Amino acid sequence: MTKAIMIVGVGGQGTLLASRLLGNVLLFEGYDVKISEVHGMSQRGGSVVTCVKFGKKVASPIIEKGEADIILAFEQLEAARWLPYLKKGGKIIVNTQCIDPMPVITGAAKYPENVIETIKKLGVDVTPVDALKLALEAGNAKAVNVALIGVMAKQTDIKYKVWTKIIKDTVPEKFKELNLKAFELGYNLK
Amino acid sequence: MKKLMLGNAAVASGLKDAGCKLVSSYPGTPSTEITEYAVKYKKDIHCEWAPNEKVAMETAIGASFAGARAFCAQKHVGLNVAADPLFTLSYTGVNGGLVIAVADDPGMHSSQNEQDSRHYARAAKVLMLEPSNSQECYDYAKLAFVLSEQFDTPVLLRLSTRVSHSTSLVERSNDGNGKLKEYEKNPGKYVMMPAMAKTRHEVIEKRYSAEKVWSENSDINTVEMNDKKIGIIAAGITYEYAKEALGNKASYLKLGCVYPLPAKLITDFAKKVETLYVLEQLDPFVENYCKTLGLDVRGKEEFSLLGEYSQALIKKVILGEEVEYIESGLEIPGRPPVLCAGCPHRGLFTALKQLDVFVSGDIGCYTLSSLPPLEMMDTCVCMGASISALHGRNIVRPDEAKKSVAVIGDSTFMHSGILGLVNIAYNRTNSKVIVLDNSITGMTGHQQNPTTGKRIDGEPTTAVDLTALAHAVGIERVVVVDPYDIPATKAAIAAELEIEAPSLIISRRPCALLKEVKHNPPFSIDTDKCIGCKACMKIGCPAIKMSGEKSVIDFTQCVGCGMCTSFCKFDAIKEGK
Repeated sequence: MTKAIMIVGVGGQGTLLASRLLGNVLLFEGYDVKISEVHGMSQRGGSVVTCVKFGKKVASPIIEKGEADIILAFEQLEAARWLPYLKKGGKIIVNTQCIDPMPVITGAAKYPENVIETIKKLGVDVTPVDALKLALEAGNAKAVNVALIGVMAKQTDIKYKVWTKIIKDTVPEKFKELNLKAFELGYNLK
Repeated sequence: MKKLMLGNAAVASGLKDAGCKLVSSYPGTPSTEITEYAVKYKKDIHCEWAPNEKVAMETAIGASFAGARAFCAQKHVGLNVAADPLFTLSYTGVNGGLVIAVADDPGMHSSQNEQDSRHYARAAKVLMLEPSNSQECYDYAKLAFVLSEQFDTPVLLRLSTRVSHSTSLVERSNDGNGKLKEYEKNPGKYVMMPAMAKTRHEVIEKRYSAEKVWSENSDINTVEMNDKKIGIIAAGITYEYAKEALGNKASYLKLGCVYPLPAKLITDFAKKVETLYVLEQLDPFVENYCKTLGLDVRGKEEFSLLGEYSQALIKKVILGEEVEYIESGLEIPGRPPVLCAGCPHRGLFTALKQLDVFVSGDIGCYTLSSLPPLEMMDTCVCMGASISALHGRNIVRPDEAKKSVAVIGDSTFMHSGILGLVNIAYNRTNSKVIVLDNSITGMTGHQQNPTTGKRIDGEPTTAVDLTALAHAVGIERVVVVDPYDIPATKAAIAAELEIEAPSLIISRRPCALLKEVKHNPPFSIDTDKCIGCKACMKIGCPAIKMSGEKSVIDFTQCVGCGMCTSFCKFDAIKEGK
């Protein structure tokens, strides 16, 4: 059975690194893995989505509506935007950070209120995380991505050591300590 | 050992393992990373960014004629630029294998049109392969060189966004060697003028017949028989969607070669299934071919000529199944891409907005200035068109020339803007051309170009002197401005607009995302001074937003460029420490 994890956020938040880490962990665990990314124009502060699929044999690299087992949202509005992609009974892990999109900045639209509560009321399993706080505690706001991976890692059966090994193998030397710290803070979040 | 590889990275590995000696490309999403990954093998492969796709392909042609395996990559619209060499290259054929990757963008994630590059294969009579995952990207890249030499033809490798930008497992096999083949002078093959080309045309028609026989028997066109009620013909990513949607409920003819198409294989498959579908994104290329064979196929009437297919769409149309999903019920504002915080283009376009001019635009990050709140681009067609189109406009509307400019990035100017500038000087209009020189090719993810002074691997090289170039082609007026200084930029452009001569205005400031650009600490709002007038919001910076009655600056995004400060009359925007 193929499993699907969707990583959603705002261009520039580091969703690509998160999906690469996840992909390498799943490969290490012996799965067939496919990841679909978005490059180019939509990366410039737009809504970005990365699909990670794994199982015995994966065909399509894309996740469609109603197919994601987990949505890892780097931003509240993006969690709401991509909610229809969640499978019945799926989980959402959402960073509580809010980043105003341009239509909100210009006053053409409003940032919706009580996003997390609204999603919870639909009976969805939601884990809200202040990942920016964790990243800053680890030493840099850019580590939001790995902190969130840490939170998700805790909800899987994959061993802690596998994650940290893959982080060490994937991340450039000078960011290793920062990312390991951010991962640990996410993983051990109560 | 199997490794996770991006489709484009897998193509690059295929080049290495096929013994390819030269890669020359111009960046274009979704093809860019092939060449970037190829640089990792620079010990074996000479890699370079060419000024445009035509130059890139011609460079590869020169290397191929000289006996080396050579390669170039481009996005679909890039092949339009290189179409001239492609059509005659089909006539000459190759010496060393020559492979041309072309990446289509169904759904237009990062493109100005949705053209289907398979038409080029048929029009230029060139064999075309289409992989569906990273392993096939690797295998087909290698195979393409073998076929190129076997049939004496360039080979097109057709990619699409979802194949180029998907990551899946790849196992590499033994390395090929990079030895040059002998070069023998042969004007009948390599000099295309009428007498020789007539003979070569005969050769390529014969070649087509030979390729057809190969395509009928090749193991990259495969049949998988399952339930015979539904038969699917598909290639590339659409095959993966079909497998996901239908699994064993359908039988498949997967096409690895999309030109020439295997008529007998298709006809035999059609006979074995009850209902036959051709699943293909964009144009009915395979479907129409099947119809010429007299086959009863279903396709575009039930699917779409527009955008991407998906497993959900295939399930819905063929099986009538729809997946249930939940919605939040919230009104969710869109999140279009924006110019980054600290982007120098923001300063330039803010100045143009204040001047209220007509903007003849071009392709790059700055095309985003057409979106709110700047809304400062009137037209954008293709690479380089900003300059030539402004010239045409100014001829028929000379009275408005003082309120019109062209904007073009440094890389796009090198690509195909220069000749437009030559035309302005030669045919004399008082056109004002602004080159947005941010020291990099931005939108495609930071590639060097002939103005940056660095080659693809970061090694220093000569940089085109834009001022000297303008002077050399006959543009006497050249002005350089810093777009971070909005009032000065506005004043300089206003002054040039008044002058009865063509001008080149260079708006120079490196891209804020470049690693070597040092940022100031983030600015902040003095809430005692801020009266919430929203004047600072006019600049459309993603780092500034309203929080209650006051504006706030998002410290995770602000790079301390200070462009917003010129908008605040209350001195409420403070420099960071």
